[in-house]
This record gives sequence, C-alpha cells and structure tokens, in this order.
Amino acid sequence: MKKIVIVGGGTGGTILANNLARRLSSEIKARDVRITLLSASDKHMYQPGLLYVAFGRMCSQDLYQDQMSLLEPGIVFHADPVKEFDMDNNRVVTENHASHDYDHLVICTGSRANPESIPGLAEYANHVYTVEAAEQTFRSLQKFDGGRVVIVTGVPHKCPMVPLELTFMMHDYFKDRGILDQVEFYYTYPIGRLHSLENVGKWAQGEFDSMGIQYETLFNVKEIDGEKRQVHSVEGSIVDYDLLVSIPPHSGVPVILENALGAGGWIPTNPATLQMEGRDNVFVLGDTTNIPISKAGSTAHYEAEALGENLAALVRQGIMVRAYEGKVFCFIEAGKDRATYASFDYKHPPQPQPPTQMIHWFKLAYNKLYWNSVRGLL
Amino acid sequence: MSKPIQVDARNSFCPGPLMEMIAAMNLAEVGDELEILSTDKGSADDIPEWIKKVGHELLDCRKEDEVYYIRVRKAK
Repeated sequence: MKKIVIVGGGTGGTILANNLARRLSSEIKARDVRITLLSASDKHMYQPGLLYVAFGRMCSQDLYQDQMSLLEPGIVFHADPVKEFDMDNNRVVTENHASHDYDHLVICTGSRANPESIPGLAEYANHVYTVEAAEQTFRSLQKFDGGRVVIVTGVPHKCPMVPLELTFMMHDYFKDRGILDQVEFYYTYPIGRLHSLENVGKWAQGEFDSMGIQYETLFNVKEIDGEKRQVHSVEGSIVDYDLLVSIPPHSGVPVILENALGAGGWIPTNPATLQMEGRDNVFVLGDTTNIPISKAGSTAHYEAEALGENLAALVRQGIMVRAYEGKVFCFIEAGKDRATYASFDYKHPPQPQPPTQMIHWFKLAYNKLYWNSVRGLL
Repeated sequence: MSKPIQVDARNSFCPGPLMEMIAAMNLAEVGDELEILSTDKGSADDIPEWIKKVGHELLDCRKEDEVYYIRVRKAK
C-alpha cells in the first residue's frame, strides 16, 4: 500500500486531499493507496473572511465549517497535529503520540501573524489576522471619531493585498459614517512603491492621490511608542497616529521551527516541483514554502492542483508530469463596492484593470463559493 | 569566512526581491552576509537605496546572464 500523509488542513491541504482522493479513488477502494490528513483543528476557517469581520460585514461564526464535511469519502482525517517529523525514517509523530509512516509526505501547515515580534505592535495596533483581532478592529473603527489613521506593514506577511484593501475599505467605512473629512490617512509600505506588484502599486498610487491618502514608502516598522502614539521606522522616520492598523510580520508555525525544517518556519522548496530541498518524497504547499511568491490561499490552491496531478502520477507511473508555474490570482477590494484583481505567474506580471462593482460582487460570491473550491469542485 | 545567506528571488513579482531581502534580513544576525539573486532590473536600484537608507553595507552588485547578484552585510 502507498501511503500519502498530508500535514495541515488549511486551503492547500484540503484541496490536495480531495484532488488526490478523486484521482486515486479506485486505488483507495482497492486499499492500494491511503491518504491521511492530519490537522491542528477539526474546524476549517475561511481566512479571507476576517477582512469582512473587521468591518462588521461578516460574523466570525460564518467563517467556519467542520473539516470532515469538506472531505471526500476515503480520506483518513485526524484532528491531531504533528509534533515530530522523522524524515530519515519516513514517519511523523503527532501530539497524541500516533505514528504515521508515509511514502509521500506533504507539509502545508501555513503561517501565523507575529505582532509580538515588533515592540508595541501587539499592544497598540489593530490587525485582521485572527478572529479576536478582527473583531477588536471593528470595535476600534466603530469608536473612532476622527484623527490620523496610520497603516503599517510587516515583512513577510500573508495575503499581500490586505494593506491596500484595509485602506480602501476604511476610507469608504468612514465616508459612510459621514466623518471622512475628519480622518487623515497615512499609508506606509516597506519597499519603494505602494505595493509589491509594480503595476498594482501604480494603480494604487492613482487611487490614493484622488482620495487624498498620504503615503510613505521604504518604511519598515521598528517599534511603537504607545504613550506618545508614534510609530518608529527602521529607516529613521517617526509618524504620529490616532488609530494604528497593522499587517503584522508573519512566520511559519512553531512545529516547523522546532523540527529545524527552515529559517523563519519557511521550508526550502523547489519552485517548480514543490519538493522540499534534499527530500525527494517530501513536498511543501502554500505559505509553508520559502518560494518567493505571494503567501495567499490562491497560491496554495494552484500549487495543490499541480501537486495532486504529480502525486497521482507518482503513485501510478512513478513519475511527475507537470511543473507548478507560479500561478496566483488575488482579488483586490478597492472600497465597499468596487474591486479588481491581479493574476500572474513566474513569467507574467499582472495587469490590474480599473475596479468595477461586478468584480466586487464576484468576490462576495467567492466568499461563499470557497467551500466548493476547497472541496475541489471549483 | 562563512557562506552568504542566499535569497533566490528570481522571477518573483510578489513579494519581490526587496521584500524577500528584508524578510531575510529580519532573520539574519548583525554581521551576516546576504546574497540576493534577482531577475528584476529595478532591484539593482531599489535594494542599494534601501541598504543605504537603513545603514547596512552594500558589498557588491553585478549582473550575469540576466541575473543580478547583490551582496550586502547586515550592519545593525
């Protein structure tokens, strides 16, 4: 029997498990293949929904479904996170002391926000990367009655459109509340333009200029002085704020660091085959890789589709049949009722189009369609 | 002398070479050398600009077979 063990039940792990279960359904029925999915939780969260929780447009309860309900029959699922990767002996050991041998291992444990890594950020800045933080951000926005809103972005971070989306959505939120003329926006960004993607940065600059949003680039947060309400940058700037909204720096999850699989919790990964460097039978998906690509659900989605095809071919023919070409597709909310998108791969940069209401509606529809997407039906 | 920490940001549109380098710099120790590989021509300008602004050390910047090799040292 060939054993495939997938560690991590987020977007990438769930799509991959379902993709493989369908491709290898006859082998699974014949007990020639077993697919085991190990996750830290028996719930699955739609993480992009946190942005809407921060504006009171989704309830946190709406972000969850039971993990089992999303899985194809035949997948063995345990809500039992891995604590030890014993790659020399092709096995993993879980928190509950269960040992799982494998022929092929896939690691997709994701990333987490680390506001505590910058002095003062956890205490004084809002963010949207956990349910508690997103709900707190909504309370902060509701209470805010005018002043200077500063947006700061840590490196690296998950979902690269969030700094822009938060800014545009706050702009429209305060406009709806009738206090926009009492709010000053100051957007900061770590590199020399307003977004990583050059074309998105150019587009955002035009939008910011027309909305009167100020900005400072080459700005990396060093610390927050909560008493003086000031942000200090690594580059030497000091910026005053009344409301601080952050995109905290991220790292891989602790189990990756504890098993010394990669600096920062990011596992060295081949960008085309998704194999872990030095381990032919270990693959890495999504945020967990060190590939220089967006840490986003859509990245994990496209990687999972390529890897599903390759793992099925490895089981059946002993070869891999395709390369992951760096495909990413990200929606960009440009306010409360307009959106655009960025679609790109390793060779082709995005060409963002002017935002429309139709793309915004499609994004809202995708917030529901996600559950079909993660089942591998979309 | 220890080998530089290599940051292979070739073909990276997002987050891009400078963001990749800042992430690696955040993990590095003072005195560590980093070598960034980039296929983005803007990197040859914006990485040295950031290095100078923050006060790190630019050791080398060269182009070979359409790839930029930029070596820096974390100074603080």
